[in-house]
Amino acid sequence: MTEFIVRRLLQALLVLAVMTVLVFFGVNVVGNPVYIFASSECDQPCINAIVKDLGLDRPIWEQYWVFIGNMLQGDLGNSFTHGVPAMSLIWERLPATLELAFCALVIALVVGLPLGTLAGLRPHHWTSRVIMAFSMIAFSVPVFWIGLIMIIVFSVSLGWMPAVGRGDTVEVFGAELSFLTLDGLHHLAMPATTLSLIMMAMVIRLTRAGMREVLFSDYIKFARANGIRERRVLGVHVMRNILIPIVTVLGMEFGGVIAFAVVVESIFSWPGVGKMLIDAIAVLDRPLIVAYLIFVVIMFVTLNLLVDVLYSLLDPRVRLGGNSG
Amino acid sequence: MKFWKPGLIAAALLAAAPALAQDENVLTIGVRTEAASMDPHWTQLSGDTQVQEHIFERLVGLSSTSQPIPGLALSWEPIEEDKWEFKLREGVKWHDGEDFTADDVIFTYDRLRGGVSGAPASPAFQLEKGGKMWEKIDDYTIHISTDGPYPTMAEDLAMLPIVAEHAVRDAEPSVDFNTGQAAIGTGPYMFEEYSPGSRVTVKAFPDYWGGEPQWDRVVFQPVGQDSARLAALLNGDVDMIEYPPTIDLPQLVEDPNFVVSTIPADRLIYIQPGFKHVEPFITDANGEPIMPNPLRDWRVRKALSLAINREAIRDRIMGGASLPAKNIVPPGFFGYVEGLEADAYDPEQAQELLTAAGYPDGFNVVLHGPNDRYINDARILEAVAQMWSRVGVTTEVDAMPRNVFFSRLIRGDELSMPGHDVPEFSLAMTGWGTVAGEATYTVSGTLETYNAATGGGNGNFGRYSNSEIDARSVKAKRTIDNDERRAILEEAITIGMEDYAYIPIHFQVNQWAMKAGLEHDPRTNERTRAMDVSRVD
Repeated sequence: MTEFIVRRLLQALLVLAVMTVLVFFGVNVVGNPVYIFASSECDQPCINAIVKDLGLDRPIWEQYWVFIGNMLQGDLGNSFTHGVPAMSLIWERLPATLELAFCALVIALVVGLPLGTLAGLRPHHWTSRVIMAFSMIAFSVPVFWIGLIMIIVFSVSLGWMPAVGRGDTVEVFGAELSFLTLDGLHHLAMPATTLSLIMMAMVIRLTRAGMREVLFSDYIKFARANGIRERRVLGVHVMRNILIPIVTVLGMEFGGVIAFAVVVESIFSWPGVGKMLIDAIAVLDRPLIVAYLIFVVIMFVTLNLLVDVLYSLLDPRVRLGGNSG
Repeated sequence: MKFWKPGLIAAALLAAAPALAQDENVLTIGVRTEAASMDPHWTQLSGDTQVQEHIFERLVGLSSTSQPIPGLALSWEPIEEDKWEFKLREGVKWHDGEDFTADDVIFTYDRLRGGVSGAPASPAFQLEKGGKMWEKIDDYTIHISTDGPYPTMAEDLAMLPIVAEHAVRDAEPSVDFNTGQAAIGTGPYMFEEYSPGSRVTVKAFPDYWGGEPQWDRVVFQPVGQDSARLAALLNGDVDMIEYPPTIDLPQLVEDPNFVVSTIPADRLIYIQPGFKHVEPFITDANGEPIMPNPLRDWRVRKALSLAINREAIRDRIMGGASLPAKNIVPPGFFGYVEGLEADAYDPEQAQELLTAAGYPDGFNVVLHGPNDRYINDARILEAVAQMWSRVGVTTEVDAMPRNVFFSRLIRGDELSMPGHDVPEFSLAMTGWGTVAGEATYTVSGTLETYNAATGGGNGNFGRYSNSEIDARSVKAKRTIDNDERRAILEEAITIGMEDYAYIPIHFQVNQWAMKAGLEHDPRTNERTRAMDVSRVD
């Protein structure tokens, strides 16, 4: 077991090292941030001074070593535009993105599960056809377009919802959360719903497929024959069995939702990390782009490592395979 | 089974729509970009500067058409050939109650002279230009000496925000400003909250020297998406927006619930031809670069200008919001030449000129430009390409994001030596903003021969060179007398534009949209400021 973890840890470090090279050099070949900051009146000495201020006058290899040295001490550099440590910017905005993603997840489940169940119970009823058509649309229409349509309908025409921004927040364990205030929920509703649509469609389809399969299995027939009430049959016996694939898929999808949040955040001006990344790319704020990407890499590598360890604990075959290979 | 819960939540949310304090005078502005820092010496990005302008002031202010007006300095004059005297305003208070004196000005100068470490814009304040040396004479008098006559001192200082010595001396750049600790200014509004990515809030400074501000509180809400920003205005989330999408302007203008304010901008959009002997993107029918480069013939440049239908671009693409131009600074600016009218659309004459120049069948070009920098930039590029193709100059458009475009435009190859930039494009659409309201540096920057040592032609990315203009530009930079300088500038501009040093398209027109009941005095320099907005109902 220890050997397995150590081996995984070494692999993770290797991935991280390769990623720092790719990210750092990749970001540094695109454009030149100096010309974003220099005003049109900035002459050559002025441009040179800016290059020096940003630390771009040193050869790229040297810049990379400085970056790695600082990273090992937990410092991913200062943002060009904000002038504050890049990591503090990420920590500041991460709660907003996570909050959005979690709310989307909750909405997807709260709406998707019942609809999927309904569609699975009466597959030929017209309601099922409507539900399946809805899931098809939610799956295929671009998030970007849906977001804009929601704004036009609910904000502009009906005037029910605010179109942009995040509402009031309260501080919980150092993180600013908005879903605990009414104003916050009010602002959260549209972006979270937009973001949830793809997941919702997936939940509906998985639930329906699961229902179709499980409803005809023997243990359900026996449960019914036993006289167990329908509500309990569905809520406990069926649900418990169809949830397994749903949880697995949603778990994998969640990373994608954080990535999709970039689009939703830009439409609704949601102050999360996705919008920050887009803004950073627009002005070539290299340290911030690099820090964010490295942060994401570390996050994914850590998560994968945890999953691997859990798997090996749960399933001895993984551990055995690891030892022999 | 029924699931009514979502409906209930929605209903509850509707009932609890945020209650706004009615007794307070709040102005919420939907801005295009978020402010990245509250340190006025940090970036010079326009999204930052316009928010900071509410808090920090300069010695010289700018009128709505960018002409110098008294700011923290009451008056200024050249007392010697190479020395200016600035008289400071007395009785001005910092937001924390301290008095503003000449020491703060000297401190600001010292802070920037060495450059603020890490600050990308600190060198861009042009303190070294002209060899400026600052000297305090008494608490309310400053002398600035230069290494020669320096006419545009007031314009330079109109770019320099003054910070408080007592608040900034030990402050960490940017960081301490964002918390508000060092964001102590003399402006009409005080720092209240800076919430990164989300909003910036400033509140009225009751002891402002210019009288109590109109608004109790001003909120800057960044909304990057054009249509979302408009939606925020339409549903009342914000009171006012900058850069309303041009495609929606006609409806906005007709809607009695909204008001649109308009002013020509100081930003000229133009096409810069390349003047090298061989230009890689100017090719013949076989795809070989043409020698010599046809763009070196002024008849070809004039033909390209005549082939552009500027009215069509204005009406079809810009929603009526552009000012076709041949001038390099907008009307009302120092150096605007009365007689220079935008070229009328004349494809026949364009074709004749091409034939006369020896290209009856035209040639092939690639037109480069940004697609996220200027208003409708990518669409203008496509329109120009079609118009040129119509007179036989087959044009291919290559539009790219600004973060790639500008380094290729200015420097060309990433590996070129600093000071030996080789601009890459043969025909590129770009823009030049005359921030100072004065044409001296527009002439020097765009028309003078490129010279890394003197800074001449630092925006001359086509490497145009004309000794008649050079002589006048250099002379203008040393001429203190306004009338004399104006005459020299007008000559230089006329020579350059009749020679088609570049092909002007139009001045952008700045627009703002706000709800009815507000009145806005729009600014040429694109800044969105609460000071210019008042309530009329």
